[in-house]
Order: sequence, then C-alpha cells, then structure tokens
Amino acid sequence: MLSLDLAINAVVAGLLLGGFYAAVTIGVTISFGMLDIVNIAHPAFIMLGSFVAYIVNSNFGIDPILIGVVMAPVFFLLGMAAYQIYFYAFEQRGEESIQGLAFFFGLLFVGEVALILIFGVDYRFVEATYIGPSLHFGFVDLPLRMLIPCLVSLLMLAVLQLFLGRTFIGRAILAVSQDRLALQLMAANPSRVKRIAFGISIATASVAGALLIIIQPVEPSIGRDYIGRIFAICVLGGMTSFPGMLAGAMLIGIVESITATFYGPSWAPAVAFGFLLLTLAIRPAGILGR
Amino acid sequence: MGTGTFWGVSLFVAIALLVLTRGLIANEYFFFAGYVVLQYIVLATAWNILGGYTGYTNFGVGAFFAVGAYSSVVLHKLTSVPVPVMILVGGLISGILGFGMGYLTLRLKGVFFAIATLALAIVAQTLIVNWDYVGGSRGIYVIRPQQAPLLGSYVQYLYSLMLVLAWAAVAIARTIERSRLGLGFNAIRDDEAAAEAGGVPTLRLKLIATSLSGALMGMSGAPLPYYVTYLDPASSFNLSYAVNSVAMPLIGGMTSWIGPVIGAVLLGTIQQLATVTISSALNLLIVGLLLIAFVIIAPNGIVGLVQARRRARLR
Amino acid sequence: MPALLEVGGLGKRFGGFVALEGIDLAVDTGERLGLIGPNGSGKSTLVNCLCGALHHDSGTIAFDGRTIDGLPAYQRTRLGLARSFQLPKPFRSLSLVDNLRVPSLYTGNARPGERCLALLDDVGLADKAARLPRDLTQVEMRKLELARAVASAPRLLFADETMAGLSPSEVEEILAVLVRLNEQGITIVLIEHIMRAVMSFSTRLVVLVAGQKIADGPPQEAIRNPEVERAYLGE
Repeated sequence: MLSLDLAINAVVAGLLLGGFYAAVTIGVTISFGMLDIVNIAHPAFIMLGSFVAYIVNSNFGIDPILIGVVMAPVFFLLGMAAYQIYFYAFEQRGEESIQGLAFFFGLLFVGEVALILIFGVDYRFVEATYIGPSLHFGFVDLPLRMLIPCLVSLLMLAVLQLFLGRTFIGRAILAVSQDRLALQLMAANPSRVKRIAFGISIATASVAGALLIIIQPVEPSIGRDYIGRIFAICVLGGMTSFPGMLAGAMLIGIVESITATFYGPSWAPAVAFGFLLLTLAIRPAGILGR
Repeated sequence: MGTGTFWGVSLFVAIALLVLTRGLIANEYFFFAGYVVLQYIVLATAWNILGGYTGYTNFGVGAFFAVGAYSSVVLHKLTSVPVPVMILVGGLISGILGFGMGYLTLRLKGVFFAIATLALAIVAQTLIVNWDYVGGSRGIYVIRPQQAPLLGSYVQYLYSLMLVLAWAAVAIARTIERSRLGLGFNAIRDDEAAAEAGGVPTLRLKLIATSLSGALMGMSGAPLPYYVTYLDPASSFNLSYAVNSVAMPLIGGMTSWIGPVIGAVLLGTIQQLATVTISSALNLLIVGLLLIAFVIIAPNGIVGLVQARRRARLR
Repeated sequence: MPALLEVGGLGKRFGGFVALEGIDLAVDTGERLGLIGPNGSGKSTLVNCLCGALHHDSGTIAFDGRTIDGLPAYQRTRLGLARSFQLPKPFRSLSLVDNLRVPSLYTGNARPGERCLALLDDVGLADKAARLPRDLTQVEMRKLELARAVASAPRLLFADETMAGLSPSEVEEILAVLVRLNEQGITIVLIEHIMRAVMSFSTRLVVLVAGQKIADGPPQEAIRNPEVERAYLGE
C-alpha cells in the first residue's frame, strides 16, 4: 500500500525538480532544437556555471542566483566564441555529423576532466539563506532550495519566450530556425543570428548551473547524468516548443522523483535515459508534436 | 593484397610480434601496458566498423566493454572455464546486446542515435550497479588462476590472448573494407536513403554493424577481470572508454583499418606513459584535447593527412 | 497483357493534409510516361510511395503482376523498380564507379566491374570513373544519378525532375540519355516541370493536381483538358 503523503510529496518534489530541469534544457532547445547544433557539451557549461557560483559564493558570500545572472553575459561571450570555432570548423566546411558530434563530445569530456583537475572529485555546495528551510502546507513540504530555483527557472523561460516573440533579434532567431534562406533574403546574416542564439543558449547555462548547486551539492562528473535528461526532455517536448519542453521536464521530474522515493536513488539515472529510449522509439516527434 | 593474403601476412606479423616480445622483453610492465594498447586496438577497430565505415556514432562503448567483463565474472563465479572461452561468451552476449541496440535505434540518425547509445550504457550500468551477484556498486574481486596456461606470467598470457584478438579484429575490419558488405556500409554512411533505393538492405546491414561492433567490444572486455583483479561498474563503464574509442579512429583515420590501429597505438602509448609520469586525470585531458584539435584541424585523421599529401604530390 | 505497374486507389496523408487521393495508374512495358503537375501536387509523394520510401495509407501497388505493398524500398529495387532523386544524392566519399557498384552488387549483377564502366561510358562519364562526385558539374551529377539508378538493372525507372535548373542544351543531353535507356528496354516515368521536354519525350501524359489525377492520355489531349489549363494558368 503506497503511502499517500509520501506519494504526493514525491509528485510535488518532481514538479519542482521539473521546473529546474526546464532551466537546464532551455539552452539545448535553442542550440539543438532551433539551430540544429548538436551541443552535447551543454552539461559541461552548466557544471562550469555551478563551479563559478561555488567559487564566488564561498569566497565572497554572494547569493548564487545573483552570481548566475551576473555571469550570464560572460557565458554569452563564451558561447559566441564556441560557435565561431564550430562554424569555421564544421558548418562552413559542411563536414559530416560525426566530426561535429566528436567535437562536442570532446568538449564535454575535456570540461569534466578540467574541473576534476582544478577542483578534485569532492562535492561542493553553496550557502544561502533559503537552503534549508521549507514551506509546509499540511503534509506537503516545499523545500525552498527547490522552490526558488523552480521559480527562477520559470521566470527565465518566460523572459526568453518574450524575447523570442517580441524583439527583432528574437524573431530573427525563430526565423533562422525555420528557414535560413528566408532570413538571408531578409538581409539578416544567418550565422550572426545563430551566433547570438548560441551565445544565449550558453548564457542560460550560467543560471542553470547556479540553480543546480543550490538544489544539490555538485561534483564534476554529475554533468554526464544530465546529457540524457536534457535530450530526453528536448525530444519529449518536440524540440522547439518551450511549453512542450516544460511539460516534458515536469514529466521526467515527477517520474524520477517517484522512482527515487519508492525504489531508491540508485535507479534514478536510468529513468530519464529509459524515458528517452522509449520516446525515441515510439514518438520521435515528442509528446506535443513538432 | 587480396583478403586471403592479408589474413596470412597479418597472422605472420602477429605471431612474429608475439614471439619477439615475449622472447626478448623481460620487463613485466611492458606486458601490462601492452595489454591495454592491444585492447584499445580492438575497441577502436570495433568502434570504427559502426562509426567510420557505417557513419553511426556509438557513445555507449562502455556498456559493451563492461558487459563482456561482467559476463566473465559470472562465468568465473559459476564454473571454471579457460579465458578464450570467456572471450567467446563475452563476444556473444555483447553481440546480442549490439543487435538489441541496433533494433531499438533503427529509425534514429545522427545525434539521436548517439544519445540513445549513451542512454543504453547508463541503463546497463544501472542494472549492473543494482545486481549484487556481481558485486553491485561495491565491485568484486577476481582471483587469477595459479598457473598460466602457457609459459610465463599470467599477465603475459592475457597479453598473448589480446594480441590474437587484435589480429582477428584488424583482419575482420580489412575483410569488410574490401567486401560488398563494406561498400554497403559506406553507402549507408554517405546517403542512407540513396543506399536503400539502390537495393542495399540498410536495416539488415545496420544490425550486422551494431552486432559485430558490439561483439568485438565485448570480447576486448572479457579478460579484464583477470587483468585488473578488482572490477567495479564505475571503472568498467567509464566514459573514458567511449572517448578513447572515438578519439583513436578519428585521429588515426576512419576510412581504413589502419587508422584505428595507428590511433590506438599512438594514444594508448601516450596514455600509458602519461599515467605513469603525470596524473591519470591529466592524461585523459590530453586525449580530449587531441580529439578536439584533430577534429578541427585534421578531421580525416593521420591517414587523411597522408592521403592528402600524396594527392598534392601527384599534381 | 497486364501492365508493368498497376496502381489502384493510392492514398497518402500527412496528419490532416491529404497529399494523394484515389490515384489509379497503369504503366505498360516500354512506355514513356510523363507525370506533370504544379508544385505541391503530390508528384514526389507519389514516387516515394511507389518506390517504398514512404508507406502509402490506402490502395494497392502491383509490379509485374505481384503486389508490392508491404515491401521495403530495397526489395522493390531488386524487383526492378528504380528511381533517381530530385536533388542528386551521390555517395560522396565513393568514386563514380563505386557509386554504381553499390546498386550493381546489391541487385545481384554478375559482373559489376565491367558493367559499371560501360554504364558510365553510356552517360559520358567514363573518363571520370575514379573521381569523386564533388568534382562533377551539375549536369554530370544528374547523369551520375541516372546511371546509378540504371546500375540496378531496372525494368522501370522514375526520373524525378532530373532536368530542373539545367540549361536547354543540358536538358537535351539528359533527354538523349533517357531516350537511349528507353530504347534499351527500360520503361520510363518522367516527372518534370519543363513542358517542352515532357511533351517531346512522352508517349502518354498524366497530370496530378492537389493530390488527384485529373488527366491521363496522349500528351496533346491531356494538356488541352480544361482542368489542366486551369491548374497551370489559374482561373
């Protein structure tokens, strides 16, 4: 007999977790869903964001979310630089996808190993006033360390959605994701637009990384668990749709949470990946369709 | 050189290498390191059959390798069989896993296929981590038999087996390269729709590629428990196997059997030296950086560079 | 004598969009059939369904008296149904002769080496046999595409917009190749926009508009059909 309040708490935790997962995935929805760039190294940028938050927080005591937001422009520039390399090495040459994949795979790996060399394999965490206390509604617990990242994530999603829909550059990004030729005819340079978009995608990693280290202590190899999650959510959400991605993130969050609660955390990594396999096998267009 | 001749010549080279190294080299460490390099020749060659020849990037190398290792653990616990039998069994089970993976991922292309392979690896690792019979996450100790079947130490014996396996893998790769199967693989890589329209049974060939590649990887992992004597999921499923299996063919050259061999010998040796002289984490960094550098500067690998220079000289 | 290709009531939808509806078609051995229609009329979808690249939703297809509905594309090719692609899809890393060896070997041809070189010679590419596709001009790519389709020894060939974007003299070159292939015994279905080429080449014309067949007969008659005029010229 399943304990009802345990189950409900698991679902609530899953929803909060899912909200956070949306922050993690939004970058890939932009780079892969919209720009067709197979950036599987996104988790490495998120880990970088986490460790940057860790350094500044542990040395200066500044709030991690603030760090994430302030560092976002730096990550934006980093993303633009990464895109330049990618563009000259691959897009211009029209190389086969294996080399592009290998490039990002190498980047992911180098990122992780570099972090290990600098920080070692110990878990790192941040300090903030909202890590620890929880809100209580009856038997439902809402840990602030999960609630706040979830809210920040939703905020970031909303801001990006507005940006893409209302600003010129945002709409140019949407256009380039649908039709490169049309964009060229509109006298906008596709690769310039893509560069900005990729920069934005990496900027989200700065915030996502800060949120991550609030939710849980991090160590360099955690990034790997996120590859599957990110792509599972991206595919589930239909690749380009923000609402779809959010729904997918919530779904995975809930399933992971319930699995961890009732079957133990050692099974959790398999959940997202298992979901991914199932989605790819049954409905590659995602739950809300393309 | 015809296929039959190649098998003969390469066998001769392999036996010569075996006799020379075992006869002349006294330093035990050579065989420890040599085992690893030969193991990577098999892994890189196996990866390249699916990756370089057929165009499907497999990131789940760790799964096939570890399944081979763990199948040996199970056999070791159940009964006592010679290591060559374990190699065959490991190959069979990993081959079936490869077939299953191919079947599940039939409709996936490019990055979706690659991520799916990674997903499979995580799922496989999670299953092993939760399987107490083989030690779960704590790992398991494996005791080597007292007596090595041939002359010399047990490690020398494992080294010899791996040399034979490497020879077989290379000969198989080259045979495929020159056969109709290899042409079919290349056609799938270059344009799958056109291959299918041209009469190539793409689904069947892809299943052959995933099964064969998986089987060879499993075979390379089968002797591992006796080599390391302590096996745990974290190290046997390690992502470094995937990175190396991608980096070695890419740096060596993905279009020919010799590319993975060059890449494996080069990177494998560098890593063995680096692990001893610097830290092992730094050596992984070197592999990753070399991978990135080569993929940007010389995407066709060393073989590609040599071919380009040859073409330039002809003009 | 039964037709080489018999299509009955073929239908295909993509979600809510009906791409093809109730297509009946018969192609006789040795014919030169022209298939025309405005953009989006379903010509490519039809070819894809007939060749097995897409699964049709309704209707049946029979080739040489045998139903081929469930067969994957490669098996249809082996039975003798071949196609060239609208945008050439060569095997980029293989030489021209190897490009031809692929279908040749996989459809059971006994002496692929000689036959492939002969085929390349037929389309005037024999001197580039060892080169890679990227060294070819546009019209040479189209010829390679045709040669590759022929390398599988087909009985029926779908030439899908082989001449799009070519100059008039290049169009003539391709037409000459197609005529020669037909004289060698290959039934050809020519899907084209270039009216001059289609009219001069075809012995029969089929017109597709918005997923339906609206005309089927001798070329001069078919284009004088008022519905066809309307489709091309507007109301």
